[in-house]
Amino acid sequence: MKHGKYPLILTFLVPPLLLYVVFVVSPYLQAFQISTTDWMGYSAQADPVGLANFKALWHDDYVWNALRNNVVLLALVPVLTIALGLFFATMLSMGGRRGRAGVTGVRGGAFYRTVYFFPQVLSVVIIAALWKEVLHPTSGLFNGTLRAVGLSGPSWLGDPRFAFWCVLAVMVWANVGFYVVLFGAAMSAIPREIYEAVLLDGASRWTTLRRITIPLLWDTVQVAWIYLAIAALDGFILVQLMTNGGPNFSSDVIGVRMYDTAFGSETKFGYASAIGVVMFFLTLSVAVLALRAGRRERIELS
Amino acid sequence: MTAVDRPVRRERGVTNVLSHGFLLLWGALTVLPLLWMVLSSFKSNAEIIADPWGLPGALRFDNWARAWTGAHIGRYFLNSAIVVTGSVTLTMLMGATAAYVFARYEFRGRQLAYYLFVGGLMFPVFLALVPLFFVVRSAGLFGTWTGLVLVYAAYSLPFTVFFLTAFFRTLPTSVAEAALVDGAGHFRLFFRVMLPMARPGLISLGIFNFLNHWNQFLLPQVLLQGDDSKWMLAQGLAALSVSQGYAGDYAQLFAGLTIAVVPVLIVYVVFQRQVQSGLTAGQLK
Repeated sequence: MKHGKYPLILTFLVPPLLLYVVFVVSPYLQAFQISTTDWMGYSAQADPVGLANFKALWHDDYVWNALRNNVVLLALVPVLTIALGLFFATMLSMGGRRGRAGVTGVRGGAFYRTVYFFPQVLSVVIIAALWKEVLHPTSGLFNGTLRAVGLSGPSWLGDPRFAFWCVLAVMVWANVGFYVVLFGAAMSAIPREIYEAVLLDGASRWTTLRRITIPLLWDTVQVAWIYLAIAALDGFILVQLMTNGGPNFSSDVIGVRMYDTAFGSETKFGYASAIGVVMFFLTLSVAVLALRAGRRERIELS
Repeated sequence: MTAVDRPVRRERGVTNVLSHGFLLLWGALTVLPLLWMVLSSFKSNAEIIADPWGLPGALRFDNWARAWTGAHIGRYFLNSAIVVTGSVTLTMLMGATAAYVFARYEFRGRQLAYYLFVGGLMFPVFLALVPLFFVVRSAGLFGTWTGLVLVYAAYSLPFTVFFLTAFFRTLPTSVAEAALVDGAGHFRLFFRVMLPMARPGLISLGIFNFLNHWNQFLLPQVLLQGDDSKWMLAQGLAALSVSQGYAGDYAQLFAGLTIAVVPVLIVYVVFQRQVQSGLTAGQLK
C-alpha cells in the first residue's frame, strides 16, 4: 500500500510550494539583495553600492523619528491591550455574583464578548476612516460631545501633540476585543475548583488574578505579546490612512517611511528595501526577545 | 457570623457595580462610533455638521445611492466579491492539500518544507512589498485580479497550512487505514474521506481567510494601482475617505462605510462562534 503515495505528495505539495516560493519567499530574499543597490525603481539600472544604504539610514533623521514612534507603540500597545484584555476577560468569566455555584461569569457575558470582538472583523480602512471622522475637529463625535458639556476639543489628528496618541488609542481599541476572547477561551480551560479553593482561602480577586490566572495563562499572554509587538512594529496602514505620518511627521512610523520611499515621489527602491531589511531583523529580534523573556516554568494542568 | 458576612457582601456588591460599569463603558466605546456611523449615513451634510449627536431628520437613502453609484462602492463591492471568491477557494484548496500531506505522509524534506511555510507567519507583509511589486509585474500580473488572487492565496498559506496541519493530525487514523485496506487510492481517500471529516476546521479557516482577504488593503493598494474600475472595496473606501476631506460630503462617506460594514456584520453575527474560534484558535496552539 506504501506504493502510490508519491503521486499524491507531488500533486498536493508542488503547486502550493511553487506559489509560496514565488510570491512570498523570493520577495523576502530579494529584499536583501535590492537593499544593497541604488535602484531607483522603474529603470533597469541598479548598481551595487554595498552597505551605503544602511549607512545613509543610520544618519536619516526621518527614519529615526519614525522608529522612535514605533518603539513607543511597541512599549505601550502590547501592555495596554493585554492589560485591558485580561481585565475584561476576568470580569466576564468570573466577575459574576457569587452564589452557591461558586465562580460565575457576569450576566450577558456572551453578548459583551460579541460586541468587543466586532472591530476585529472590520477592515483597517473602515476603522481608520471611521475614527478619522469621530475625531474630526468640528463635525466629529468626540468634539461634539465635548462641546455639549461646554468644552472645546483640539483638532486631534491635525495637532502634532495629539495625532500620534490618537492613532495609538485606536490601535488598542481595535485589538482589545480579540484578546478578551482569546484570554477568555484560555481561562475557561482552567478548572473552576482552583478558583473556588483560593476564594475559600479568602484570596481577593486581585490576588487571584495575579497569582492564579496570569501564571496559568502565561503561554497565551506570551503569544499575545509577540503578535502585538509585530503589530506595533507595523501599524502602517492605520497611520497612513489616519494621519499619513503627519502633522509634520509627528505620527510617522517606519512602514510609512518605507512606503513613501518606494512608492512616493522618489521611488528609491534600494533605500526602501534597506529600511525593510532593518525592520525584518528588528521584528525578528523583538519576537525572539519576547520568547526568551517570557520563558517561565510551564505549569501543566490536569 | 452574619455580622462578618455583611460588609464583605456589600464590598462585593460595589465591585459588581464597578465591573459592570467598566464592561458597559468599553461596550459603549465600541458600539457608539459604529452606531454614529450608521445614523450619520442617513443624515444630510448640514445635519452632520450642525450636531454630531442629533438624529437624522429622515431616512435619506439617497446618501446610500450616492455612495453606491457615485463613489462606485457598488462596483468595488462586486470586484471584491469576485476576487475574494477566487482567492479563498484557491487558498483553501492549496492549504488543505499541503496541510494534509504534512499531517499524514512521511517523506524527505517534510520538516524543512513545513517550517518554510510556517516561518512566513512571523513577518509582516509590508517588508516584502517592494520586491513583490516587481515579481508580480515581471510575471505580467500587475494590475490584474489574477495576480491579486495568487498573491492573497500565497500570503494566506502560512496560517492556513499551520492550522490545517494541526487539524488533520487530530483526525483518527483508523478510518484512513480502513479506507486504504478497502482499496481506496490515496486521492480518493483524501477527497471522499478526509476532506469531509475535516469540515469544521475548513469552515473556520474559510471564514478567517474570507475576512482577511475581504479586508485586505495593502496588497491591492500596491498591486492594483491605476485603473480604478478594477479596485477593491477597501481601496474605494480609502479613496472616499480622502476625497471627503476635500469635497466635504460626509454623508456619502458614512453611507459607503455602512454599506461595507453591514455584510461583515451579518457574516459575523451568523457565524460568530466559528469566527471567534477561527481567529483565536491559531494563537492558542
